[in-house]
Amino acid sequence: MLEINNLHVKLEEEDKAIIKGLSLSVEPGKVHAIMGPNGSGKSTLSYVLSGKDGYEVTDGDATLLGEDLLEMEPEERAAAGLFLAFQYPVEIPGVGNMTFLRTAVNAQRKARGEEELSAGDFLKLVRAKAKSLKIDADMLKRPVNTGFSGGEKKRNEILQMAMLEPKMCILDETDSGLDVDAMKLVSEGVNALRDAGRSFLVITHYQRLLNHIQPDVVHIMADGKIVKTGGPELALEVENNGYADILAEVA
Amino acid sequence: MALPQAKQDTTQARLSALALPQDGGWLGAARDAALGRVRAMGLPGARDEYWKYTRPAALTAPKAGTAAVLVTDEAPVFDAIDRVKLVFVDGVFDAEASDAPELAGVEITQLAEAGAADIHWAKDLYGVLEAAGQVPVERPLAALNTAAAEQGVVIRVTGKAAKPVNLIYRHVSETSDAMMHHVVRVEAGAELTLLENGPAAARLNSVLEVDVADDAAFHHVRAQGRDHDRVAATHIFGRLGTRSLFKSFTLTANGALTRNEAVLELTGDDVSAHVAGAAMGDGDFHHDDTVFITHDAVNCESRQVFKKVLRNGAVGVFQGKILVKEGAQKTDGYQISQSLLLDDDAQFLAKPELEIYADDVACSHGSTSGAIDEEALFYLRARGIERAEATDMLTIAFLAEALEEIADEALADDILSRLESWLLRRRG
Repeated sequence: MLEINNLHVKLEEEDKAIIKGLSLSVEPGKVHAIMGPNGSGKSTLSYVLSGKDGYEVTDGDATLLGEDLLEMEPEERAAAGLFLAFQYPVEIPGVGNMTFLRTAVNAQRKARGEEELSAGDFLKLVRAKAKSLKIDADMLKRPVNTGFSGGEKKRNEILQMAMLEPKMCILDETDSGLDVDAMKLVSEGVNALRDAGRSFLVITHYQRLLNHIQPDVVHIMADGKIVKTGGPELALEVENNGYADILAEVA
Repeated sequence: MALPQAKQDTTQARLSALALPQDGGWLGAARDAALGRVRAMGLPGARDEYWKYTRPAALTAPKAGTAAVLVTDEAPVFDAIDRVKLVFVDGVFDAEASDAPELAGVEITQLAEAGAADIHWAKDLYGVLEAAGQVPVERPLAALNTAAAEQGVVIRVTGKAAKPVNLIYRHVSETSDAMMHHVVRVEAGAELTLLENGPAAARLNSVLEVDVADDAAFHHVRAQGRDHDRVAATHIFGRLGTRSLFKSFTLTANGALTRNEAVLELTGDDVSAHVAGAAMGDGDFHHDDTVFITHDAVNCESRQVFKKVLRNGAVGVFQGKILVKEGAQKTDGYQISQSLLLDDDAQFLAKPELEIYADDVACSHGSTSGAIDEEALFYLRARGIERAEATDMLTIAFLAEALEEIADEALADDILSRLESWLLRRRG
């Protein structure tokens, strides 16, 4: 599904390397988690993969289902099946949440040569999906993320994911700013989307999210590289002993 | 104090080029009085403080410049709205092209006819609100209009009008010079929606005087034509009675020079007065919104919401003032002027002013200038929306607060579709 090979990334504005030779392979239907201390480059990885400006890839490559991700515009990556659940979803006053969702769904369908959803079909679909995430009509009507609580913003991200039905989902610190109930709701939303044709890359500081979204593989990232890969037990090790032991062991 | 020679010359040259109407009667007297005001004030000059950001030369020149007539197959704005149409071609009323001026609760008379009759309410308004609006800031182009305009409508509203009255301004001649002066009196408890659309002429000078009586409502939605070379100076003078509602929205897309002035006096308590505008400029475009709102009563609310989208050398100007007179307690005044600069060549100049002589008021004002929010743009694109469409979505979102000032949903949707088309035509 997602293949990252020897990826090197630096900030465009300054000569500072952030990702230093990262390789990763996520198979279809699998959930991979990336854990790591602050500043290890986890969020940068999510931005580079989704096409945000300000980063320069100096070496390596990344493909989604064999297509070169790094050559594509952000919207092309989305249409190809990539989805980033933002750590900090952006507030967009003046754009209704519903209008935004419908424009996004139809833009992707159009890009893939599929027929656009009719207003009626879209409404039916969004209502059903919103309900399971406890997103009420008011939240759908309000401007995108504007005035939403932290939990509402994250639920709104998952709603977008459910509507867009991507193949490869990157969740960037989706647990940040969530209380226990909200985390449960968000995790249920994610778990409902798990299937054989869809993969996840879950980026998190903490093991607690992984209690709810069970990973198949856990990677530890430090200083721009994957330093250790293991099963779910690796996340527990981090939870119990912190990163220091693992980093010392691989150093 | 004698006027500077240059100002005297400009004024004299402009007046000499006009065939001033010689009708006598009450209208003639009002025109004579206005002519006196013009001579005393002189026409605006580049050195006038009130014209610091906008060069008035094209508006005060003896002759109108040339403006190509825009040919488009787009349906005119408001076309789908059920309304009474009154058509002016290059500023001259065209009865053939117009609907019969019949609407329950609304009396519509052409200015020339009204001048020949003894219509006391029109007599009490024509040039009267304009004259009152000359203090504390002079607006000589409005006085010139009162003195010279022969075209216009006089509307008296005695009930709740079932549909809007639409003044349609067609531009046919490339050198037309139009002057129109409309007077509207909305009687106590009555309601009217007035629509205006079209470029009107190569050069337009228009005045609209609106007297909104107690408990009456006046809605105004205007779309100034898209002809690129046209120039226009427009004035709205409003006098607002107790518990009245006044809402005016203007869409300006294109036009080499536009100066829209709104001068409102809140004379009764509990008034709600909103003036809003959305301006879209690309290239040779200079748009100036100049607003002066005077609170002279208790517990009134006023809003000024002006948004400008500028690119490719376009210039936007905002001069907005809230004057709260002594005793105008519980005033709630709000003013926002913002520009979205789509490239580095566009320019926005803003002069927001508050002058407050009452101690129990809440007034706020803000002015910003900025580019498209890159974070928001990336967020939309990351969801699969192409850059151009995402940019347009954010542009429309920027304008939303101004559009929300249009109360009627069908009218708001119509205006919105114009904005979307304007943006769509500019997609690469």
